[in-house]
Amino acid sequence: MSRVTVEKKVLSENDRIAAELRERYRQNGMLVVNLISSPGSGKTTLLERTLESFAPGTKVAVLTGDIQTDNDARRLARFGFPVKQITTGGACHLDARMIEKALDDWDLANLDMLIIENVGNLVCPTSYDLGEEAKIVLLSVTEGDDKPLKYPGIFHRAELMLLTKIDLLPYVPFDAAAARENARKVHPAMEILEVSSTTGAGLDKWLGWLAARRSR
Amino acid sequence: MHELGLATNILETVRTEMARRDGAHAVKVELRVGELSAVDKDSLQFCFESLVKGSDLEPLELCIDWRPHTRRCQACGDLFEVVDYNLVCPHCASTDTQFAGGDELEIAYLEIEEP
Repeated sequence: MSRVTVEKKVLSENDRIAAELRERYRQNGMLVVNLISSPGSGKTTLLERTLESFAPGTKVAVLTGDIQTDNDARRLARFGFPVKQITTGGACHLDARMIEKALDDWDLANLDMLIIENVGNLVCPTSYDLGEEAKIVLLSVTEGDDKPLKYPGIFHRAELMLLTKIDLLPYVPFDAAAARENARKVHPAMEILEVSSTTGAGLDKWLGWLAARRSR
Repeated sequence: MHELGLATNILETVRTEMARRDGAHAVKVELRVGELSAVDKDSLQFCFESLVKGSDLEPLELCIDWRPHTRRCQACGDLFEVVDYNLVCPHCASTDTQFAGGDELEIAYLEIEEP
C-alpha cells in the first residue's frame, strides 16, 4: 500500500473556470456581484428596485438562476437592461461553467456591471466561485435572526449582508440587533445594510455601495 | 444538496490519478472538510458510497478529516479552535484574531495498491 499526495481542491475545475472569468471581468473593467439568500428573501424584488434606479444606458446586465421557469428574467427584463435566465433544471446552485456559457453571446466590453442572482439556497452556492468580486448575502426579517449561526459558511464568505424587508420589522419577532451581532460573530468585518424594497428605505445606501465598488 | 456533485468531482480526480498508474487501484481517499465549507459530511459520505457501489472503483473508501474553525491571535500568536463563535483569544484575551482555517474542501491524498 502506498500513499499518493493529491492536495487538490474538490472544486478545482470550477475554480479554474472562475479564475478565467475573473480575469475577463477585470480586463473589461466590470464589477460582478453574486447575490445569495434563501428562497423568498427578496433578491428579485431588490433587483427590480435596483434596475429601476439606473439611468437608461447604464451598462448593467443580470444573470438570474432558478431551478425552473424564466419568471424572474421576465420580471427583470422590463427595465430594458440585458437579462438572462439560467435554468439549472435541478441543480441547487450556479457554477462557473453555467456563467461562462451564459456570457457566451454578450459583449463584455459593453458592460460595467454584472449582477448574478443565484438560486435561492443558503448552502450550496457558498462553495462555488463564479469569479465575482463579492458575494452578497440577503437575510429577510421574516426569517430567523440566528440564521448566520445556523448557516455560517455563506456569512463567513459574504462581504456584505443586506437585511431585507425591514418595513415588516414592527410585525415580526425578528431582532435586527441580534442578527447583526450573529453575522459579526461569524464574520467580524461584515458590512451590513438594511433595506426595504417596498418603501425604498435604505436603497440609497445599497446603490451607494454598488457605485463605490464600481469606481474602485 | 450539492454533495452528489462534489462526490462526482472526487471520483473524477481518483480516476485521473489511477489512469497515470498502470494496474494500480485506489483503496482510500482522504478528504479535508472544514466546518465552514457548507458541506454536510454525512450526505457527502452517502453520495460517495452510492456512486462507488457497483462501479469499477469499488470498494473505495472515503475518509473525512473534519477541520474545525480556527483563528490565530495577532497579539500572542496562539492558534485556537473557535467554539460557539467566540473569536476572542483564549490564551491572552485579545480580540485581534484572524481566520486561520475551517473552510477546507480538499482531497489530501489517496491510498493505492500497486501490482
